[in-house]
Amino acid sequence: MNYVASDLKVVGTRPIRPDGVDKVTGRAVFAADTRAAGMLWGKIKRSPHAHARILSIDTSKAMALPGVKAVVTAADFPDIPSEEAFVGEGPMNFRDLALNVMARSKALYEGHAVAAVAATTQEIADRALELIDVQYEVLPFVIDVEAAMAPDAPVLHDDLFTAGVTPKPEKPSNIAKVVTFKKGDVEAGFKDAEVVVEGRYTTQPVHQAYIEPHACLASYQPDGQVTIHASSQGHFMVRAYTAKLLGMDMANIRVNPAEIGGGFGGKTLIYLEPVAVALSKKAGRPVKIQMTREEVFRGSGPTSGAWVEVKIGAKKDGTIVAAQQVLKFQAGAFPGSPIGPGCMCGFAMYDLPNVDVVGYDVVSNRPKVAAYRAPGAPITSFAVESAMDELARKLGMDPLALREKNAAKNGTKTHYGPVHQNIGFTAVLDAVKAHPHWKTPVKEGQGRGLAVGFWFNIGGESTATVHVNEDGSVTVATGSPDIGGSRASMGMMVAEVLGIDVARVKATVADTASIGFTHLTGGSRVTFATGMAATQAAEKVVDDLKKRAAATWEIPVEAVEWKDGKAYPAGSNAGAFEPLDLAALALKAARTGGPIVAEVSVNAQGAGAGFGAHICDVTVDKETGHVTIERYTAIQDVGRAIHPSYVEGQIQGGAAQGIGWALNEEYIYNTKGQMENPGFLDYRVPVASDVPMIEAVLVEVPNPRHPFGVRGVGEVPIVPPMAAIANAIKSATGVRMPNLPMSPPKVRAALDAAG
Amino acid sequence: MSSLNYAAPTTVDEAVKLLAGASGLAKVLSGGTDLLVQLRAGRLKPDLIVDTKKIPGIIGIRKGSDGGFVIGAATPGAEVEANAELNAAWPGLVEALDLIGSTQVQGRCSLAGNLCNASPAADSVPALYAAGAIAVVVGSKGRREVPVEQIPTGPGRTSLAKDEFILEFKLPPRGPRSADAYLRFIPRTEMDIAVVGCGINVTLDEKGVCTAARVALGAVSPTVIMVPEAAQILVGHTLDADTLAKLDAAAQAAAKPITDKRGTVEYRKKIAGVLARRVAAIAFDRAQGKTNGKAH
Repeated sequence: MNYVASDLKVVGTRPIRPDGVDKVTGRAVFAADTRAAGMLWGKIKRSPHAHARILSIDTSKAMALPGVKAVVTAADFPDIPSEEAFVGEGPMNFRDLALNVMARSKALYEGHAVAAVAATTQEIADRALELIDVQYEVLPFVIDVEAAMAPDAPVLHDDLFTAGVTPKPEKPSNIAKVVTFKKGDVEAGFKDAEVVVEGRYTTQPVHQAYIEPHACLASYQPDGQVTIHASSQGHFMVRAYTAKLLGMDMANIRVNPAEIGGGFGGKTLIYLEPVAVALSKKAGRPVKIQMTREEVFRGSGPTSGAWVEVKIGAKKDGTIVAAQQVLKFQAGAFPGSPIGPGCMCGFAMYDLPNVDVVGYDVVSNRPKVAAYRAPGAPITSFAVESAMDELARKLGMDPLALREKNAAKNGTKTHYGPVHQNIGFTAVLDAVKAHPHWKTPVKEGQGRGLAVGFWFNIGGESTATVHVNEDGSVTVATGSPDIGGSRASMGMMVAEVLGIDVARVKATVADTASIGFTHLTGGSRVTFATGMAATQAAEKVVDDLKKRAAATWEIPVEAVEWKDGKAYPAGSNAGAFEPLDLAALALKAARTGGPIVAEVSVNAQGAGAGFGAHICDVTVDKETGHVTIERYTAIQDVGRAIHPSYVEGQIQGGAAQGIGWALNEEYIYNTKGQMENPGFLDYRVPVASDVPMIEAVLVEVPNPRHPFGVRGVGEVPIVPPMAAIANAIKSATGVRMPNLPMSPPKVRAALDAAG
Repeated sequence: MSSLNYAAPTTVDEAVKLLAGASGLAKVLSGGTDLLVQLRAGRLKPDLIVDTKKIPGIIGIRKGSDGGFVIGAATPGAEVEANAELNAAWPGLVEALDLIGSTQVQGRCSLAGNLCNASPAADSVPALYAAGAIAVVVGSKGRREVPVEQIPTGPGRTSLAKDEFILEFKLPPRGPRSADAYLRFIPRTEMDIAVVGCGINVTLDEKGVCTAARVALGAVSPTVIMVPEAAQILVGHTLDADTLAKLDAAAQAAAKPITDKRGTVEYRKKIAGVLARRVAAIAFDRAQGKTNGKAH
């Protein structure tokens, strides 16, 4: 059933977050906090070369070091065949992941794992790494996407033939895939156009920069049972990858989800777990591995850097008649950049008759990319929304009016296929127009930018169990790691359905042996899909409670209604009984049918797409090129905010990450293809004082496919910031910054070049 | 396995003896905000660490017999920042030290550590140079007084002997219409390393004409450098447009930076000029009593 907003008592309120006290007092147990008796420390040896053939690995000296209990190399893992992975987020191949976890014949980037040790202390493990002798044949390497596409580029994989082109290429190359989307006749559209803008934009790979480095503790028992404690966005994902990479049955692996210190997509794949299990199997003792921050940068995935060309044609009244995009995405060492979403999301905000988008997935010698918050969408939108700003300027049109004129509405067919349904983009644009920030004149010396963004959001498989405890308190267990407040929202939705105080409901994340399959936390799916399962499970509990009350009163179940946490006789005809509350029913559960429990598994469909619009005011120091964000407003259709503070936090966090992406974050490589800035000192995520108070404005256009109207909210807010800031810089200085990051040296150089 | 000895002597003599007698690499510990990071990163593997903080007088601020301030070598940034009199006399030095690290780091970081770490990008060092500070150095051969600009000799290298360390810094007595200022440029707003830093210390006459100046630049050379040509441009002038333009050019000419992950040669030279102008303006204003606030 769908709930009516005016009836809601819990949903939409702001109870204290359930994980808050543990986190601020340091008691929350993250994977790195776990210990086991007899535990060894695992460490990974990584390639110093960007591209090298591994000629030999001699581990004998390391094994001889007292305190070293195991050493593994690729020889200790099965050489698995190429197979499309059925887990994870985005396109993934089991063999590629296996080769990423432990290099076999070639090291494909600086930081690529080539061997691992387990020892009694971290110091001994470090010393052992130095004693592993790896002989390499250093190969030519390629870092940048266009260089990797050049005909004479060093080829990473001899068996990589471009997919998506016919006929199949005769020679291998670094282009893994070509993706195309077409709608209408783009050539005819451009002939019709009265004004055309064209631009070329580049973005840099940026790391998800979660505060918690990857960590796990694995224990292989002699009977073949494996227990893993891991920090991840999906413990079922960890189980599946670990099983595949080690050739084990999933039933023999139990993964416990640890508290997670941020993921943002970067923990939707694994790096350490199979290595820890292999070491544990060899050593016969539990093994813990935790990455340093440097390893996180050198060895784990950022999102793609990209090269994007955009061309948009419009009539003089602003009606867009043709839109074209070419996107080249760096995938890192293995195929699998978010080129698909990149091709889908750039133009999805607009109702366009003629569209042509071509995308390339390109490998090069850098860490394999991982999902990062709305994978691909921020990249493509930086280009499109910068171009839209240029178009507005060329037309002499207000940038908001240009977006309103072309905005996607219900019934708009996207260039990638689906028809928009129940979207709130127009409501978002209306909210921009009505907002004091938009209506306030730009301050002297500042510039203002506007950009919009889209993310389709996903649903998928989730399981939730609702248990009514003997005292009438309630436990809700799901299989979704909580990275954005899902324990709070699950508890609130269940409390709403049961009609009880949210303080009486505790939500927990159950391990892989204790709950049904649940797809990972990603794609902004959890509050939607797992929330749907939890809501339905709570509804089943209510049905059960009504049956028990009916049996107690000996009246038909149809004559019982559930209201405010109590069973009532439905009207005077049903009889005069004192209401039975949850505690009373729970106490007598043994006599009315046993434990009160419901489990629901769903494959949720109908995730409502999300739209956002960001307004940004900047000051540019024209002598240093430093950009100060003076005011920032992020407006978004969130469907319905279950816990508005978390939703606002998601929006603020996404905008803050976007500000970093826009202004300073980049990988700096030396001439040997080694990363020069693998730490937060020189990989510059914003610090608190770099970011103003971000005003999050929640627009609520309910998604009818969810009982409470939820649509995903976590990803949209990272989509608009880069273009919003670039457009603000243009308005402040007259200079267009097409290349990220818009760091002080680049802004100063652009200002100098413009005179 | 390697071992590391730690000692926290309570007298200068004891500390000097420990340093002199050390068999391998010996490091002096003040606040440790650089040393501990280097240890953790495995960049340094000392055999001995001599913690100086227990030596009487090495933490604290007092007035010397000449009326100038004497700052203990290991005095933490937070204590320096809290000293109102020092703030009034040397706002540039105080604000430079205050820029280092976070609030937590401020509880430990010291002038001596910042100087002896010998990073060209150290924030307090251009301000110390501009102030004309004297380092009081102690060692087996006794005590000597050294202008601070003679301490760093290259990135991570100093002129101090193995058995020497800095006990305190002496600042010259402050006359009327004198003030200093420090600015650094970083891409963020805090928690960053200077792309360029600039410290300027001036004395003006009643008409606002500069009678003495010292200009120092950081992160544009293997060590922090004095720029006497820039100081010469200021002396005899008010801060008119022509003087500012010449100052900018002199700073750019003196800057001999490298391109690295924190900045390019071209950009650093430009910023050296920009900062010199901005810092001079703050120092002149302060010397004339126009502002009393911070540069940040």
